[in-house]
Amino acid sequence: MKYIFCFISLIVFSPSLNAIELLNVSYDPTREFYLEYNQAFSKYWKEKTGEEVIIKQSHGGSGRQARAVIDGLDADVVTLALAADIDAIAQAGLLPVNWQSRLPMNSSPYRSTIAFLVRKGNPKGIHDWGDLIKPGIQVITPNPKTSGVARWNFLAAWGWALKNYGEDDKKALDFVKKLYRNVPVLDSGARGATTTFQERKIGDVLINWENELLLAIKQFPDEYEIIIPSLSILAEPVVALVDKNVDRKGTRSVAQAYLEYLFSDEGQRIAAKHFYRSSNPEILAEFKTRYPEIKTFTIDEVFGGWSNATKKFFDEGAIFDQIYLN
Amino acid sequence: MSNKRQRILPGFHLTLGICLTYLTLLVFIPLSTIFIRSSGLGWESFWRAITSPQVIASYKVTFGISFLASLTNAFFGFIAAWVLSRYRFPGHGFFDSIVDLPFALPTAVAGISLTALYSQNGWIGQFLYPLGIKSAYSLIGIYIALTFVGFPFVVRTLQPVIEGLDREIEEAGASLGASRWKVFWKIVFPSLLPALFTGYALAFARAIGEYGSVIFISGNMPMRTEITPLVIVKFLENYQYQQATAVACVMLVISFLILLIINALQHWSVLIGQAKN
Repeated sequence: MKYIFCFISLIVFSPSLNAIELLNVSYDPTREFYLEYNQAFSKYWKEKTGEEVIIKQSHGGSGRQARAVIDGLDADVVTLALAADIDAIAQAGLLPVNWQSRLPMNSSPYRSTIAFLVRKGNPKGIHDWGDLIKPGIQVITPNPKTSGVARWNFLAAWGWALKNYGEDDKKALDFVKKLYRNVPVLDSGARGATTTFQERKIGDVLINWENELLLAIKQFPDEYEIIIPSLSILAEPVVALVDKNVDRKGTRSVAQAYLEYLFSDEGQRIAAKHFYRSSNPEILAEFKTRYPEIKTFTIDEVFGGWSNATKKFFDEGAIFDQIYLN
Repeated sequence: MSNKRQRILPGFHLTLGICLTYLTLLVFIPLSTIFIRSSGLGWESFWRAITSPQVIASYKVTFGISFLASLTNAFFGFIAAWVLSRYRFPGHGFFDSIVDLPFALPTAVAGISLTALYSQNGWIGQFLYPLGIKSAYSLIGIYIALTFVGFPFVVRTLQPVIEGLDREIEEAGASLGASRWKVFWKIVFPSLLPALFTGYALAFARAIGEYGSVIFISGNMPMRTEITPLVIVKFLENYQYQQATAVACVMLVISFLILLIINALQHWSVLIGQAKN
C-alpha cells in the first residue's frame, strides 16, 4: 500500500519541487473539511513565511490509517478519530507517548457527538436512547469490531444506560443487549451503515456522528431529521505530529504550525462550517443554531480512557462478543 | 567435451529455476510469514483464538456456504458451458463474454449491486421477501454472492474440454444403439468429470477467500452471518495481528486439505476414465 502512496505522491509532487510537502493522514469524514483548511493554511503560511506549502491528504478508516502509518506511510501529521489509534502509533515508537499534552485542548481541535437520524416526521417517535430498545424498532449502527464510530455509538448507549439505571453495569448490559437485538445489519463501516439506512431504506433510526448526520440533512433536507438524545458522548478526534517522520523530512516547524493553526479562530470556523463542533466556546456560540446544546460525557470520565474501554467492551471475548453468545 | 546428458526438451534447468523462484517469492514466502507471525502467540492463546465460539461459527458459515455455492456453480456452470460450446445461437458471443464479468468486476461493486438487487426494496428482493425468502443480510445473501463470484471458474474450465471432446466416440455409441441419455451418461460425462472437479475446486477456493462482495450483503451478524475473512479483519482492526494470522492459518490448512481431497477425486476420475477405455 505504501508504495502506491509513494508512487502517487511522486507523480503529484514532481512539478513543484520547491514547495514544502506535508502529508496529513486522516479518517473518512474529514475529507471536505481538510480540503478547505489546507487552502487556508497554505495562504496563511505563505503570508507569514513566504514559503509554498502543499498538503496531501489521505483518508480511510481511522484504525487502518494508523496501521498504515505504523507500517511506513510517511505521515507528517495524523488527524484521527480515536486517541487510541494515535496511542498505537506512539507505541510503535513514531512519536512520544505524551503526545496528547503537546497541543491545547488535549490535542482535540474539533469535536462531535453521537446523535440519531430518523425518517422525516419521526414516524416511530424516537426521542432518546430508551426508545431504541422498544420492540419493532430497527436500529442501524455498524459493527464496533470493525468501525470506529460504532464504538462511540456503543459507548454513548452504555453511558446513557449507566446514568439512567443508577450506574448499574448489569442493567447497562441488559440495555445494550436489547438495543443490538434491534439491529438487523451490522455494516463493517460508517459509510456502509449510512448506505443501508439511506439507499436500502432499512431501519427506523441511524446512529452516527453528528457531523455525518448534518451532511445527510444538507443533502436530503426533506427525507430525514436529526434527533439529539438527552445525553451522549463527547467525541474528541485528535491530531498529532509524527516526530520520526517530520525530523527525517525536515518538516517539523511547518507541520507544527499546521496543527496549531487548527486551534486559531479561522481553523475553528472552517471546522464549524464542515459540521464539527468548535472546541472554542465563542466560535461554538456563533454557530448555535446548527449545534443545539447537548449534555455530554467523555470517555475518560465514564470509562477511564480508551484502552480501558477497549479492554472491557471490544476485545476478544469481552462484553460486545457476549451480547451475541446467548 | 562435457558428458552432461542432454534432455530432449531444452531449457529444463532455466525454466525450473524461474518457476521455483517465482513460486517462492509469490506464494511460499508470503504464506510462510502467516505461520511465522502466528507462532509468536503460544499454543494456548493460538488455540483460544481459533476455537472461540464466534470464530467456529464463522468457519461453518464460510465453508458450508462455499460448499453449497460451488456445488450450485458446478451444476449450472456445466449446463452453461455445454450450451455455449455445443450450440450456436443469436447473442452467443455476448453471453460468452458476459460469463467473465464476475472475474472483472471489483468485488465491492459486485457486493453493492447484489445488495441493491436482493434487499427488501430491491428489484429482485421485493418479490422474494413476500415469499419468506430473506435474500439479503442472511445466509442466503452470502450464498448469492459466493455463487456469483465462483460461476466463471466452472464454465471456463469445462468449455475447452467440451469443445475438445471427440465426437466420433459419441457417434459410434449412437450407431451401436445407445440412447442419447446413455451416450451422455456413459461417454460424455465421465470424460468431463476431471475438468468439472477442477472447476469446482477453483470456485470453492475463490468462495472461501471472498471478502469484498460478501460483507455488503451478509449483514455481518456475529454467530450467524459472519464469514471467516471478516473475523480476520476484526482481529486486524483491534491490532491483534497474531490472532488474525492464527485464524488465517486455520483457513489455509482447511482449504489445503479440501483442495487435496478434490485433487484426489479428480485423479481418481481420470483413472476410472482410462480404465474404461
